[in-house]
Amino acid sequence: MIEGQPFFRFDWLVDNLDQLARRLGEHVLVTFIAVTVGFLISFALALLIRRYPPIYGPILAVSGILYAIPSIALFVLFIPITGLSLLTAEIALVSYTLVILVRNIVTGLRAVPSDVIEAARGMGYTDTQRLWRVELPIALPIIVAGVRIATVTTIGLVTIATLIGMGGLGYLIVNIGVTRRFPTATITGVVVVVLLSTIVDLLLLAVQRRLTPWAKAREA
Amino acid sequence: MTTPTTSGAVVALEHVAKRYGPPGSPPAVTDLSLTIPAGEVCVLVGPSGCGKTTTMKMINRLIEPTSGRITIDGVDVMRQPAVELRRRIGYVIQQTGLFPHLTVAENVAVVPRLLRWQDTRVRERVDELLELVGLDPAGYRSRYPAALSGGERQRVGVARALAADPPVMLMDEPFGAVDPILRDRLQNEFLRLQAKVRKTVVFVTHDVDEAIKMADRIAILQRGGILAQYDTPDQILANPASEFVDRFVGADRGLKRLSLARVRDLPLLQPVLVRPGEERAEVRRRLEGPEALGFALLVDEEKRPIGWIGHAQLAGDGPISPDAATPDATLLQPESTLRDALSELLLSSVQLGVVVGEGERVLGAISVDQISDTLRAAAGHGHGAA
Repeated sequence: MIEGQPFFRFDWLVDNLDQLARRLGEHVLVTFIAVTVGFLISFALALLIRRYPPIYGPILAVSGILYAIPSIALFVLFIPITGLSLLTAEIALVSYTLVILVRNIVTGLRAVPSDVIEAARGMGYTDTQRLWRVELPIALPIIVAGVRIATVTTIGLVTIATLIGMGGLGYLIVNIGVTRRFPTATITGVVVVVLLSTIVDLLLLAVQRRLTPWAKAREA
Repeated sequence: MTTPTTSGAVVALEHVAKRYGPPGSPPAVTDLSLTIPAGEVCVLVGPSGCGKTTTMKMINRLIEPTSGRITIDGVDVMRQPAVELRRRIGYVIQQTGLFPHLTVAENVAVVPRLLRWQDTRVRERVDELLELVGLDPAGYRSRYPAALSGGERQRVGVARALAADPPVMLMDEPFGAVDPILRDRLQNEFLRLQAKVRKTVVFVTHDVDEAIKMADRIAILQRGGILAQYDTPDQILANPASEFVDRFVGADRGLKRLSLARVRDLPLLQPVLVRPGEERAEVRRRLEGPEALGFALLVDEEKRPIGWIGHAQLAGDGPISPDAATPDATLLQPESTLRDALSELLLSSVQLGVVVGEGERVLGAISVDQISDTLRAAAGHGHGAA
């Protein structure tokens, strides 16, 4: 901290609202791409696992190992191949979502009661109809729970991705706040990251509640 | 709009066998042949591992037979796509298998939707079916299964199975998961329903009493899916074909034959009916009549029973209050078997059963003595009773 400066400078915040908005936009975009791509890959894997259950173990093991690699290491690992690019960041971020999303989608599908599946077969649903009209809707609360965890985790990780030049709110925290010893930027960045996580989490919860009114009847 | 009611179809099994393991392993079902006439209830019963559920599931191809032929109205079930076959066969299971994410109406509409019926037709059919199983459409249509009681869920399950008016219904221990009194009620409701819709029903249970009560014909299976006897309940109780059947049906065959007689078969007694507010002295006087049962039955304005009133509660003067009655009056339905009626009556403090009809209105009463008279008569004339 530079001597004689107030701890938090509101004037800086007011002057830099446009930068804050830009960093927030970058953060949201990088997160959105990571969670969306991660979800699509996880969904495909979960459907494969539904058809061929023995591959669940190996898939969980691989995604678990990816998850265990420290994020900075994973970012840096890909730089020689993909450079300081969005792709590098996304490869790492997507890898982290897999273990959470695959596990939740598979758990959700497996939590569908066996009598429900038997009734669906007995009434003449085809396999595809059963998946889309019965199993996935019933699995939805558990799937969305996974998406919430994956999203919040990713929002946190994107902060670190600033180290490989991805901007985002991490830019305020690290590049301005830490490197230039300017706590105002760090505090702003952290507060906005926390707010973003919370809002997105609650938003997803609201979406889930809306899509699954029946789940509430069950809790009651 | 009245819905066309397809009556049942003939279901025939010809030398059907199912082996889960490789050739040579013990079969789950061995060379089973039986013909179920259209519109009859055939109960498959036997100890666990007798292949009764396997047999039932081969009819809608949830399990495919290893050999033999199953036909519905002469058409081989293997000759048509499994999903199309299943949409034309009603299916009810013990845990109901209701879809938790769909409302009652949407659950009932499942098969009509798969068959792409038009919306208005589906809506009408749903309401019609909910009424048929005794659930008020306005009150139940938009509820979720989680908000229903066990009995209501089971009724919705039956309505769902009947939705597309299939000629054949498969019911896998449909009333196995509910308490005995509710089971009795649901069984009675189903028998009343079946009298209207006349489906060919294949009903699986491990409970001999349920088999005797529900069946037009009973197929008793023994381990390995071997048919031990296929006959009417009366014949099976009177002339068990083998020692296995005799043991399976149980030593109390005489008592079991009570399951063949219904409450409606007895002449109903007419108890003294009393409404709250009537003078005690007046009721005491009416109870002295020669036909009186020693108790008066307190009923509400709709003639629904509140409970029995004995002499103790009638002492003194003044009007009768609504809570004067012993509240645990045993309610019986005309379709209840005498066996169920007896076991419920033996547990109640007043050994008189109130027989109620639609809307729980009192039709009359029966006594334990009447049932034991029936039992004695059966023992006296019954051909097989030991």
